[in-house]
Amino acid sequence: MSAPTHLETDILIVGAGGAGMYAAVAAARGGARALLVDKSLISRGGSTIMAQMTVAVAMGEEEPDHWTHHLADTLTAGRGLCNEELSAVLCRDAPDRIREMDQWKVGWARGENGRMRQVMAPGHQLQRCVYVDFLNTGPAVAKTLRTQVAQGDNISRVSGLTILDVVVRDGRAVGAVGMNMEDGSPVTIAARAVILAGGGLTRLYARNSASVNMNGDSYAMALRAGADLIDMEFPQFFPIGHLAPRLVGMDPIMWDPFRYKLGGRLLNGNFDEFIEHYGENDSGKYTSMRDETSYAIWKELEAGRGSPAGGAYLSFEHIPEAQLRAAFGPVIDKLAENGIDLTKGPVEVAPIAHYHMGGVRVDTRMATRVPGLYAAGEAVGGANGANRLSGNAITEAFVFGERAGRFAAEDIDQETLVWEESDAAPILEALAALKSRARPVDQHRDATAGKLWRELQELMWNDVGLLRTDEKLARALGRIRDMRRNDLPALRPSSDAGYNMEILDWYDLRSGLLVAETIAAAAINRRESRGAHQREDLPNQDPAFEKNQTVALEGDAPVLGWMDVVRAPRELLPVEAAQ
Amino acid sequence: MTPEFVTVKVQRGAEGENLRMEEFDVPYRDGMSVLDALMWIRTHVDSSLAIRYSCINANACKECMMRIEGRTQYACTARLETGGATIEPLHNKRLIRDLVTDIVPPKETLGNLLG
Ligand SMILES: Cc1cc2nc3c(=O)[nH]c(=O)nc-3n(C[C@H](O)[C@H](O)[C@H](O)COP(=O)(O)OP(=O)(O)OC[C@H]3O[C@@H](n4cnc5c(N)ncnc54)[C@H](O)[C@@H]3O)c2cc1C
Ligand code: FES
Repeated sequence: MSAPTHLETDILIVGAGGAGMYAAVAAARGGARALLVDKSLISRGGSTIMAQMTVAVAMGEEEPDHWTHHLADTLTAGRGLCNEELSAVLCRDAPDRIREMDQWKVGWARGENGRMRQVMAPGHQLQRCVYVDFLNTGPAVAKTLRTQVAQGDNISRVSGLTILDVVVRDGRAVGAVGMNMEDGSPVTIAARAVILAGGGLTRLYARNSASVNMNGDSYAMALRAGADLIDMEFPQFFPIGHLAPRLVGMDPIMWDPFRYKLGGRLLNGNFDEFIEHYGENDSGKYTSMRDETSYAIWKELEAGRGSPAGGAYLSFEHIPEAQLRAAFGPVIDKLAENGIDLTKGPVEVAPIAHYHMGGVRVDTRMATRVPGLYAAGEAVGGANGANRLSGNAITEAFVFGERAGRFAAEDIDQETLVWEESDAAPILEALAALKSRARPVDQHRDATAGKLWRELQELMWNDVGLLRTDEKLARALGRIRDMRRNDLPALRPSSDAGYNMEILDWYDLRSGLLVAETIAAAAINRRESRGAHQREDLPNQDPAFEKNQTVALEGDAPVLGWMDVVRAPRELLPVEAAQ
Repeated sequence: MTPEFVTVKVQRGAEGENLRMEEFDVPYRDGMSVLDALMWIRTHVDSSLAIRYSCINANACKECMMRIEGRTQYACTARLETGGATIEPLHNKRLIRDLVTDIVPPKETLGNLLG
């Protein structure tokens, strides 16, 4: 085993999306040296750059608003399970972050009066969501933060460095081990603090809106380092993901802004409106929340009233072309290139795995229960409870990223760099062992890794997806455990050194399978339906389950527990509720 | 008539190795992208095929640039032609392996950090 490359820094940040980049800027501002790494390319690999829509924030530029109103809406959407301290911090800090991004010239859309434009989005009682035209929020945010990161004196950045595990010494996070994608060589990193900002887990589902890097690494690494997770049974399904015809060059959840800017009609296979039949009033206003809409589409499908490709129709045929063009400009041409003319016919949409409400359990300083280990962005659980409001995720990436960087920089004053190669040895040895069981060069065509990924995705989609039952969940849990115990250890990667995707697949699967097990197990234990967790066999919400579920690792096995919901102190409560 | 399968030819091999073209028959779906075909190969035939991509649909990450029928394109927006396609890595970037070239900005490399 050749000696690994060794790096040292004050704060290691794993993942360079919105949260990771903001954390790097804040850490450097706090006087720390930051090392920002990404398994893909800095700013490009995750969900942030894909987000084409909006960011929720109580700026009050269109109509009077206050962060406590934003909080009230967030708590309502969260169906009783939000960690209210985290939600309060999210909503309270948001205007500062949006203003800071504005100073950094992100280019929030503005009206003729010079005020930021803020639009309505489902679940918000007010016009609260800022954006960058046209459907350019994510790319603009990514570019702005990338520039800030590049200008930071104390920030180093490395692309193509996949972090495999956090290194823990005497219960404290002291660094990490990674793999350089270009040549597969190991890299050790000593750090006084580590921030996990690797995004979500939606790749675990066959139908998802995410990038390929969203396989739950942050959750799995946190577990293995001794931190605990919360609310893992709550991946969110975005109701109207694009389904057909095949559309390239567009984010599959792009229909949302169309719907709330223009009011599209959602129709079943018989061209009838149906949301009303599920107790929701949606008539053209598009106010029903994500969990409710997803549920309704799924139920229509089950009843044999789906669209041909297996979803629902979304129609804008009633909207004049000029109005479409005014609202979406060049996007209309892009659709035309895909053979889609919204004035002539509907598109087909269906629910799609989109975001994860659950994640690493942290306090309001973004610290996990492991000293020196922090988390930020979608990797964090709690702020959004059982169902996330549209627009809250980018806000979460900014606010939690900034806080993680700032507080980590404060906390490390007490800490020195400690590094013993032996602490990293088990992680390095596992990588060496995986390489040493590479299959012979003459067996180079093999898709065992790809097939295992596909099987996991189908299993999660069918049995741990939108509509759950004890039977489906138990079956999935059994097979996931089997895959962890038998299929994964049996995988033999190719012997290639450069950009070995099968070694990456192995590590991605190792995280993905562990995280999948926590989702299935948590879903079995939650014996009710709430928010994004819908049980066909237990269709009602049960007040007895107004509590959060935690997961920790004992040996190799996830162990579940319950905890009381963290309620906000009075001074953080929404104005209405405090009266 | 849309064909059931389409043949794609993909350049394989790493920097300094014997480079070769390999053929794969990929099930054809209307409107599919070249990236769809490459992902299908990784899932069903050969997971060792090296490609660089993140966002799959949004054309946001800009990582999937390669040469398709001799033209530099994004694999995720190029449609797979029913007549098949020849797919090679970028010519003007250093080859790492298969379709992956070194497109990492110089200031973001490990080498740069180590000085
Ligand atoms: C298509 C789409 C549209 C969306 N639209 C909106 C919207 O309009 N509004 C909104 O509020 N939210 C939206 N969301 C959600 C929102 O974009 C995300 O929740 C948010 O951007 C997450 O930011 P993040 O920084 O936590 O993670 P990400 O931006 O996902 O970044 C995580 C990074 O970590 C890297 N990484 C992962 N594992 C490792 C590892 N082991 N080692 C090194 N690096 C690693 C990844 O490569 C990635 O670059 C959307 C999501 C998607 C997928
Ligand atoms: S995969 Fe992201 S641009 Fe092609």
